[in-house]
Amino acid sequence: MALPKDLAGFSTRAIHAGQRPDPETGARAMPIYATSSFVFEDAQSAADLFALQNYGDIYTRISNPTTAAFEERLASLEGGLGGLATASGQAAQLIAVLTLCKEGDEIVAARNLYGGTITQFDVTLRRMGIHTTFVDASRVENIEEAITDRTKLVYGETIGNPRGEVLDIEPIAALAHDHGVPLMIDNTFASPWLCRPFEWGADIVVHSATKFIGGHGVVIAGAIVESGLFPWDNGNFGVMTDPSPAYHGLRFWENFREYAYLTKARAELLRDVGAAISPFNSFLLLLGLETLPLRMERHVENAREVALFLAANPAVSWVSYPIFPDSPGRDLVEKYTPAGPGAVFTFGLKKGYDAGVRFIETVQLASHLANVGDTKTLVIHPASTTHQQVSPEARAAAGVGDDTIRISVGLEDIEDILADLDSALGEAARV
Amino acid sequence: MSERPHDATATERLAILRRARSVALVGVSANPLRSSNFVATYLIRTPYLIRPVNPVYTDVLGIPTFPSLADLPEPPDIVDVFRRQDQLPGVVEEAIEVGAKVVWFQLGLRHEEAAARARDAGLQVVQDRCLKIEHARFAGGLHAAGFNTGVISSRRRRPI
Repeated sequence: MALPKDLAGFSTRAIHAGQRPDPETGARAMPIYATSSFVFEDAQSAADLFALQNYGDIYTRISNPTTAAFEERLASLEGGLGGLATASGQAAQLIAVLTLCKEGDEIVAARNLYGGTITQFDVTLRRMGIHTTFVDASRVENIEEAITDRTKLVYGETIGNPRGEVLDIEPIAALAHDHGVPLMIDNTFASPWLCRPFEWGADIVVHSATKFIGGHGVVIAGAIVESGLFPWDNGNFGVMTDPSPAYHGLRFWENFREYAYLTKARAELLRDVGAAISPFNSFLLLLGLETLPLRMERHVENAREVALFLAANPAVSWVSYPIFPDSPGRDLVEKYTPAGPGAVFTFGLKKGYDAGVRFIETVQLASHLANVGDTKTLVIHPASTTHQQVSPEARAAAGVGDDTIRISVGLEDIEDILADLDSALGEAARV
Repeated sequence: MSERPHDATATERLAILRRARSVALVGVSANPLRSSNFVATYLIRTPYLIRPVNPVYTDVLGIPTFPSLADLPEPPDIVDVFRRQDQLPGVVEEAIEVGAKVVWFQLGLRHEEAAARARDAGLQVVQDRCLKIEHARFAGGLHAAGFNTGVISSRRRRPI
């Protein structure tokens, strides 16, 4: 029987969802369909595909069987209706937003976001006439005050980058719905193993799959997942209910109902933006997802050990990882990410900027680079690298002072991670 | 995606699709922008015998179209309904009358009294589901479009 039950467990789905043995060959692992294009059966079936009247692959810029396996698997793990993979997390976010927003529309976003998201919203989207108001999302009233009749979505990260604070998703989703707009959540730092935002009312989830989903630092990729529950016919989303000039006047909501958002995102935006993922990268992401539960369990276990170690080290002035009795937002961790608030966080060095540079230059196991969510432990000193051109005041507002180190705790033996940090912290204390 | 109360489960919907040989499309439109036309376009490429039913047309997508279920040459297995909600009880009575096995209300259509009447007469009922999407869920099309089919299996997919 093809259906042991309607919803298998998380680890089972991480391994099986979206991929049955290849119908042609019986291959058990997912074949990499390295092809740009797919032949049509006949003229009529080609016409049906182009008119969205039938399902099927046309061209890998729009869909591909290897990529479809990844999309369905991630959608299953998030508990969503479906997924859409893209060339990067930035592309996923752009397509997710442009499916809903046009010139003159507005976004209300938490201000503690990944820097790349802030520049995409604040510079590129603003240049296109889509305006974002950034607010301190730790107070829900701040979001409410920023919502106008032009707002099309509310945006935040499950676990903020880089400070690691957890967003209070449930009341923010309720507030967004009161105003007839969806809540879009970047779930990159949590992954669906730590938190599934749909369970708290979020409507759209975006990912940089480059991080914990891929898990090994080898792929640049992104994804969109949608719950299928938002009422796009509530009067605020003419882009979903009005005739589409891209498809001869087709009304996406009327024809596809709950499937309308993702169908439009693929058929219009992915097609037109062109940020398609390579099938080879989709294959690597499928491998990544198979071990996501095992990896995340060890990531948060090691992160906890590292945070406790740092908090007790004399060279360290503070640790922003909300597991300590006096940590702000610890109640949010218990509610949304009870297994632990991810494996990426920041800490401060007592001797400031120079100590940060010395620490980064002294580590021998941890890697000095600008990614997170690798099997390897990664560190960066934002003040001397990613935020070098930012004023000290703006750095402080973003939670990256001169003394701040960001760490992404990897899967090495915890004794080795701690020995490396201990040695580098000793050097940093001598500047 | 939790199942609604009294609704056909995924296993039951697959069984309906496997057993059926013929589908009557009640209220199907000849307008290529209407969702019923999308469903018809998809279903005529499956092995099902498709019987459009609509008094307004004599043919839809080149297929002879009948004014009512009673005019069909044989009883349909599935009566797939694209009509206004208030017309569902009448369609159910016609479906019972001609000896259909399943009444299927399309996406956005739900009528608990009409559904109960059909069940009491021995018919299976599916509500607020798209026959095209449910077929595609098990035949592979929905998966190809990146959607979550809920299917977990170590067996090769076989034709429905």
